[in-house]
Amino acid sequence: MSSVAVIDYGMGNLHSIAKALQHAAPDVDVQILSNPELILKADRVVFPGVGAMRDCMVALDQSGLTDVIKTSAKTKPFLGICLGMQALLSDSEENGTTQALNILPGHVVHFPEALKDANGSSLKIPHMGWNQVHYSAHPLWDNIPQDSRFYFVHSYYAVPNDKVLVAATTDYPDTFACALSQDNVFAVQFHPEKSQTVGLQLLNNFLHWNGQV
Amino acid sequence: MSLAKRIIPCLDVANGRVVKGVQFVDIRDAGDPVEVARRYDREGADEITFLDITATHDNRDTMVHVVEQVASEVFIPLTVGGGIKTLEDIRRMLNAGADKVGINSAAVFNPEFVREAAQRFGSQCIVVAIDAKKVSQPGEGDRWEIFTHGGRKATGIDAIEWAKKMVDYGAGEILLTSMDRDGTREGFDLPLTRTISESVSVPVIASGGVGNLDHLAEGVIQGKADAVLAASIFHFAEYSIQEAKEHMASRGIEMRL
Repeated sequence: MSSVAVIDYGMGNLHSIAKALQHAAPDVDVQILSNPELILKADRVVFPGVGAMRDCMVALDQSGLTDVIKTSAKTKPFLGICLGMQALLSDSEENGTTQALNILPGHVVHFPEALKDANGSSLKIPHMGWNQVHYSAHPLWDNIPQDSRFYFVHSYYAVPNDKVLVAATTDYPDTFACALSQDNVFAVQFHPEKSQTVGLQLLNNFLHWNGQV
Repeated sequence: MSLAKRIIPCLDVANGRVVKGVQFVDIRDAGDPVEVARRYDREGADEITFLDITATHDNRDTMVHVVEQVASEVFIPLTVGGGIKTLEDIRRMLNAGADKVGINSAAVFNPEFVREAAQRFGSQCIVVAIDAKKVSQPGEGDRWEIFTHGGRKATGIDAIEWAKKMVDYGAGEILLTSMDRDGTREGFDLPLTRTISESVSVPVIASGGVGNLDHLAEGVIQGKADAVLAASIFHFAEYSIQEAKEHMASRGIEMRL
């Protein structure tokens, strides 16, 4: 039985992610873990997160899991979700400038103020709800229709230095990267664990992915 | 195409049973919240809200159990409101599988609670529920105030100022209920909805008064709501969520179909 570690560093609600992973692939051993050795033994790693970036980096430092995350991101199928995606970039403009893990070179920036839609109505921040995902080929999109809607809740988004990392985009109203891919690392801004059928399909794809693109 | 507007069915729960909704024909147990949530998920609900309408201590435990069960098989955002008063209440609901909690009277009694909750758990999971009632006289400009105790108790707090303050304190979303319209089936209070939605930066959910599918569309088109919440029109199976979404899409609203 293959195993997946959901990294518990004290940020966010891991239960819904663990429940969704288990539902997506009943044949996989899903574990919520904060023990570095056990995380290193898992076949795959999910790095979740909600809340503010500075709190996230402080929590990571205190948990002593930063090295394990960096090692895992080099060695096995690795999925970052929401703040767990943003933390993989180099830095974020949230809370002034916050240094992040620099696994995916680039920055995390806030949506511009006073966004308007095509009709001139104000767009709300956070970007909250179901929006369309336009993807380019990757095994994690298998059996997911192009332009499917996933559930988002965020006010910041990732801007990778190299566009080649972009695995999918979303429009609000400007186009931003909602998924990034680099070798065995995949990261999404939306919440697959809250995106019903298509979200569960993405988690299932991840749980059967060998980390090759 | 971009962000879709949301339809959020609301289940009013008392002692572990859905109330108001006892007329189902195709559901084994009419009042089982888990079963109702499952059906709404199948029909395409964008989120589900559970409102604990008794909010007693015993009922809270029942609610935690309901949320746990629903969260094990329904993978869309879940919100729980009703009697959320402490950080511990929030922690329990989030651990049970809720994604957001609705804070209503506890915010009125102690606004700092919203700030503490947002700092501790993140704004994304803090929905401030506002019960508003029109207090202006005919001929005056529109004015709404916040009411507590199911609309019975005036607070003297202006609804627009309150909504802005709650966003400043860290609310990630506003659930706005018109106490004038709640239960009337006459449609949302559209001027209230629009005024609040245009006054705050965060999403606003319109609630109170839905009697037909056009009301839902009007909440978005005229009321500028980001999401619409309804209970009875779905409970009594007059309309399915799918029908509601198709109707809203036919009025030109972007929906997840």
